Amino acid sequence: MGWRAAELARAARLKALFETAGAKPVETSVLQPADLLLDLYGEDMRARAYVTWDALRGELMLRPDFTVPVVQMHMEGGADPARYTYSGEVFRRQEQDPSRANEYVQVGYEVFDRVNPAAADAEVFALIAHGLSELSGLRAVTGDIGILTAAVEGLETSSARKAALMRHLWRPRRFRALLDRYSGKTPMPPSRTALLQAATTVPATAPEIGRRQLVEVESRIETLKIDSATPPIGGAALSALNALLAVRETMPFAMEQLRDIAIDLPAISPALDRLEARVAALRTRGVDVDRLEFEASYGRTSMEYYDGFVFGFVAEARPDLPPVATGGRYDALTRRLGQGAEIPAVGGVIRPGVMLELGAV
Amino acid sequence: MGVKLGVPSKGRLMEKTFDWFEKRGIRLMRAGSEREYSGAVEGMDGLDLVLLSAGEIPRELAAGRIHLGVTGTDLIYEKLPLWQQQVEEMAPMGFGQADLVLAVPKFWRDVDTLDDLDAAAAAFRRVHGDRLRIATKYHRLVREFLTEGGVADYALVDSQGATEGTVKNETAEAIADITSTGETLKANHLKVLSDGPILRSQATLWRSRVADCTNAERLVLNDCLDRVLDPV
Repeated sequence: MGWRAAELARAARLKALFETAGAKPVETSVLQPADLLLDLYGEDMRARAYVTWDALRGELMLRPDFTVPVVQMHMEGGADPARYTYSGEVFRRQEQDPSRANEYVQVGYEVFDRVNPAAADAEVFALIAHGLSELSGLRAVTGDIGILTAAVEGLETSSARKAALMRHLWRPRRFRALLDRYSGKTPMPPSRTALLQAATTVPATAPEIGRRQLVEVESRIETLKIDSATPPIGGAALSALNALLAVRETMPFAMEQLRDIAIDLPAISPALDRLEARVAALRTRGVDVDRLEFEASYGRTSMEYYDGFVFGFVAEARPDLPPVATGGRYDALTRRLGQGAEIPAVGGVIRPGVMLELGAV
Repeated sequence: MGVKLGVPSKGRLMEKTFDWFEKRGIRLMRAGSEREYSGAVEGMDGLDLVLLSAGEIPRELAAGRIHLGVTGTDLIYEKLPLWQQQVEEMAPMGFGQADLVLAVPKFWRDVDTLDDLDAAAAAFRRVHGDRLRIATKYHRLVREFLTEGGVADYALVDSQGATEGTVKNETAEAIADITSTGETLKANHLKVLSDGPILRSQATLWRSRVADCTNAERLVLNDCLDRVLDPV
């Protein structure tokens, strides 16, 4: 059997497994409207997906993943609760590394269920783990974006600063730079100091051009003035946030550290309760949670839609390969696409091609 | 067949390239009429002149259809993500200097750094509902620079010429373009951000790493490179 046939055969077996678990099989178009994906993820999406167009429909993207179209489909009138599975190619533009696949099969399992999110998280994780059970040497890593957002939300600072940090949660370096600025660790750039001292005025020769209006410029200067009078983020909360970002332990030790951190950052406690409920649900599903890894920063560099539980399975001996499976919770995405409606949702995908590379037959 | 040298087919870039080679004892000329795009070479047997649009020279080098080529660093970096594997930089030629910069309207007193641009983009999206547009033809270089700088909530719009006018015409809110003196930016009421430039470029002689060579061609190529790389 050729590679391609083997990949498809493996995909069919995984999809059958997910159907047995109660998922309804669904299909989505390969060509997706580009404007929605660009609106959700911004210009970075163009670096990751193939963009094409025709004169009638405008810009289209070759499906970079299934989650967005499946959520759209569900929000347009799916059953409640619902479980879906799909299998098919996704396309990822590669500009840096020619050895990375630009076209590969994903098989996914998505759960839309409001009753018990912890149980749904555990269901998806355990089912994906089961799909991978014949492979040895896999390491599962978990994280929780919801703890990070709760930590930012709980900082004692202005809502403008919290919004800026929240916006860059998925860009760790920029997040760090903002945090350094807000905690007074890096000084204000000279141009901003000059601006705030009103030493900079509009040059007489500078007409207002473009769609961004003078009132928007003035309003941002106002915001900057207010910000410069905002006391720095500091003390116990800042150290706690730094400690939180660095947590990387097996689950029981991670939980202990997180509870310690919550003493100085009490806003994360409800998120920790949800984590504990998830751990219990995973244990019920037979997952060895005592050896399961938890990394607080895991998932921060992937797609922006995950906002709770996140996980990935990687082959320890093959750091050159991408994760064989990834997944997570994306409640906020259902809100964005639901036009007023929303539903807790979690899902995961397996790459049968990577399974074959790891020796699955 | 001989060793193929790709040179921009018109304008100052062509003339300066011809001057540069002439100083090194190789005379490049357009053959036939002013409008005909074919060339002739004196002073170097076995070297063929190929006149091409400057923008096509990176692609021709990467495909191995020309052995040597003259074009700006900007176009090589923009068009060939893996340029180190496809071409080798032989000599910066000392002309065609230009910086790829980000520029915004001068009256944006609040925007001087990438950090400012990002904050302005976030606010713009809240007010107007869509992303702040940046007009450019250097999509890849600009996107990588903005990603690196942590700027979000922008959209690149394609502009293949008269880019400085896009802000006034309200087809973009900011631009990223090549500038040498900054005069055109100034005339269009734009100012350059202090974080940058994205890239410093100049006309450069490149060698293709993938073009096939017969033994005879290799001799000509080495001879030619020896000649032009010697200090003048």
